[in-house]
Amino acid sequence: MKLNRRRFLKYAAASSAVATAGALFPGVSFGNWQNLTNNSGIISWQKAPCRFCGTGCGVLVGVSDGRAVAVKGDPNCSVNKGLCCMKGYHSVQMLYGKDRITTAKVRKNGEMVEVPIKEALDLIAEKLQETKDKHGKDSVAIYGSGQWTIPDGYVASKLFKGCLGTNNVEANARLCMASAVTGFMTSFGIDEPMGCYEDMDHANVFITWGNNMAEMHPVLFSRMLANRKRRTNVTVIDFATRSTRTSQAADKSILFKPQTDLAVANAICYEIIKNDWVNWNFVNEHVSFHKGKTNIGYGTEDHFAFKDKAESINFEEYKLFLEDYTPEKVEKISGVSARDIKYMAALYGDPSLKVTSFWCMGMNQHTRGTWINNLVYNIHLLVGKISTPGNSPFSLTGQPSACGTVREVGTLTHKLPHGVVMKEPHREMAAEIWDVPVSNIDPKPTYHTVEMFRALDRGDIKFIWIQVTNPMVTMPNLRRYRDGALKDDRFVVVSDVYPTPTTDVADVILPAALWVEQEGMFGNSERRTQHFAEIVKPPGEAMSDTWQIIEVAKRLGFEKQFPWTQDDYIGKIWEEYRKFHAGPKHEMASYEVLKKRSGVQWPFVDGKETRWRFNAKHDPACTNGKDFDFYGKKDHKAWIWARPYEPAAESPDSEYNFWLNTGRVIEHWHTGSMTRRIPVLHNAVPSSYVELNPEDAAELGIVNGEMVKIISRRGEITIPAQIKGRGVPPRGMVFVPFFDESYLVNEVTLDAFCPISKQPDYKKCAVRLEKA
Amino acid sequence: MPIFSYLAMPKSGAKEALCADLAALSHCEVIPSDNQEIVVLVTDTPDETTEDKLQKSLNNLQSLQSLSLAFGYDDQEKQGR
Repeated sequence: MKLNRRRFLKYAAASSAVATAGALFPGVSFGNWQNLTNNSGIISWQKAPCRFCGTGCGVLVGVSDGRAVAVKGDPNCSVNKGLCCMKGYHSVQMLYGKDRITTAKVRKNGEMVEVPIKEALDLIAEKLQETKDKHGKDSVAIYGSGQWTIPDGYVASKLFKGCLGTNNVEANARLCMASAVTGFMTSFGIDEPMGCYEDMDHANVFITWGNNMAEMHPVLFSRMLANRKRRTNVTVIDFATRSTRTSQAADKSILFKPQTDLAVANAICYEIIKNDWVNWNFVNEHVSFHKGKTNIGYGTEDHFAFKDKAESINFEEYKLFLEDYTPEKVEKISGVSARDIKYMAALYGDPSLKVTSFWCMGMNQHTRGTWINNLVYNIHLLVGKISTPGNSPFSLTGQPSACGTVREVGTLTHKLPHGVVMKEPHREMAAEIWDVPVSNIDPKPTYHTVEMFRALDRGDIKFIWIQVTNPMVTMPNLRRYRDGALKDDRFVVVSDVYPTPTTDVADVILPAALWVEQEGMFGNSERRTQHFAEIVKPPGEAMSDTWQIIEVAKRLGFEKQFPWTQDDYIGKIWEEYRKFHAGPKHEMASYEVLKKRSGVQWPFVDGKETRWRFNAKHDPACTNGKDFDFYGKKDHKAWIWARPYEPAAESPDSEYNFWLNTGRVIEHWHTGSMTRRIPVLHNAVPSSYVELNPEDAAELGIVNGEMVKIISRRGEITIPAQIKGRGVPPRGMVFVPFFDESYLVNEVTLDAFCPISKQPDYKKCAVRLEKA
Repeated sequence: MPIFSYLAMPKSGAKEALCADLAALSHCEVIPSDNQEIVVLVTDTPDETTEDKLQKSLNNLQSLQSLSLAFGYDDQEKQGR
């Protein structure tokens, strides 16, 4: 921001007045500056949710002369109460990178050529129609993101599922959240956490399951540590496969061998039953027992199909199943001492302690991701520590609207905004609200994300539109999918804000509005919907992803379904969308309410947010007359599942003798396409690296900063070593952050996935190392 | 070219009206408190005549209870006029 003398004087004038007010009126606050008017020369502030992770911190964006110049935490937002992390505080700088895409580009004779955006939109509509006519409706696809705003995802689903008649709608949340969804669906019959962040202010014990919260959810982690400082009876246990900053801050760090969390969770349940720590009143009233299929595969082959089948079992059968998981037996599988397993079980089992479990990618990016979600729920259900303040199994999200857009709008192949395509009443509801014939909505799901990119490679999909995501960095076994996208008769449209490896494979690039350059809504990890206004104008010809889709829909002849104007489309879309969720289980706040508040939690019934679902004291959807009502299941009970330990899809052997684990760092968000354009963050961690255990490094003769070749059965990368850095893997494991497109670690990873959720496992594959 | 800042107190229940009234005036910038009935007003006028007109407009606002000066600066005064 340019500061001249006069503007400086005006700042001084405003500061003097604010300071005077502070002296005269104790406690006076001017934090809520969004009402500032006539603001030339002084920063005006407007609320928004942060653009990065799924925590959903409220921020105030400071604007001067039409440019976003500052960020501060929103004191009115209960999520973060005025605090931000380093990404949040620097977030507005992502709007102004030098290489921002501001015009549309079309590939002509092999070169990307700038064109007016109308020409690009005409071409997209023409190619989409032509491909559909020539190859059928399932030859066209859209691939979006948990960074899609809710209106983005809604219009994508409406156009592709409702109007074009294909279920080829997927989003990158399949890569990060799908196991959490199937975990909720199989255990509770309904998606999204029962608790909320307020649980942190009540819990005595926090157990992080493969979740480096200190770096991935730093604001929540700070809240947890603040509670530990303020209240003397708080313990933090980090249960993970490598030592991280979370381990350093925890009271106890327990390391387990990759994939064996399944065995440890069962061993905890074994101990709870053995010591009679079961909350029998809760279990007898609210829990039923089940088992599913075993030896379920890993999905590494094309057209892999799997359908689980639930069978009821009784408690004695469940108890017998757990006999294989005594702490002593599990110690041998997991490397976790029987003593530590018993210690964790005792924490869960102690009726005087309130326990919250947190997890994110460690449990979700797992070839048995659904199972490990089930197993952690099992623990909480056995001891009845669920749906009450402080007792919370809590699945965190990694993207700002993975919940709001992907899970709630249903931008996955099998989903609709309410329910699934396979069920006729759900198709009928969608057809009525969308004003399309019900026959338009295909009852058969098509491709989940990995299979969608396999279909693109095979040629079953010829046209794909990618919005707000960077799959040419994030897809596992990446080379196959990049080669597929580059094949001659594929047509790839990419809407994005900066050049990425994904725009490199595009035939058309559309310039997209970013974050507060458009109006929209996100939905965070705790069922909170957060509205933001268009605070600054998008650059050049950039437009919202929502409006891009509407423009194409209109060109395809769907004016009736997309009648809105640019003046009011977000509010109109929201009011149409929330019809899908009417009723006490998922009622959403109105557009007018969302505009006023720093987020509203659903179910929002009679003006009241719901903090704890399934608890009759808090949840208006409970109708069974008991303390708890797990109404997602027909038996109104939560399901405990007998799920065994099964090994990873690929484990180290004599040829590929290291585990490869991938993930993130606090400074960068996902593929780094935004945070690497923020100088402070980029300079803090300018490039990726491979973390090595110091003893492994010594044995290989590798010192800090030396180049190391990581080789798997699928590919190799050469990357600098980091030894004794912020994270230390155990012997036999290496860790690589994936934010840096210069080191495409997904060339090495394996595209195995959980057969139930179809979410890939980015945490486990076998590699060997060579000094480069 | 004076710059002034004030604490503006609205009449009872008239804070929103005061903000709207002040925002409608030229040369005024408004920062309302988010938890108390008080508003910070910053004025920046190009000359004495405009400043006088603005003062009259401020005095005529129905929603304004009182105006307390917190900061004042005038280029011309500095030049000894």
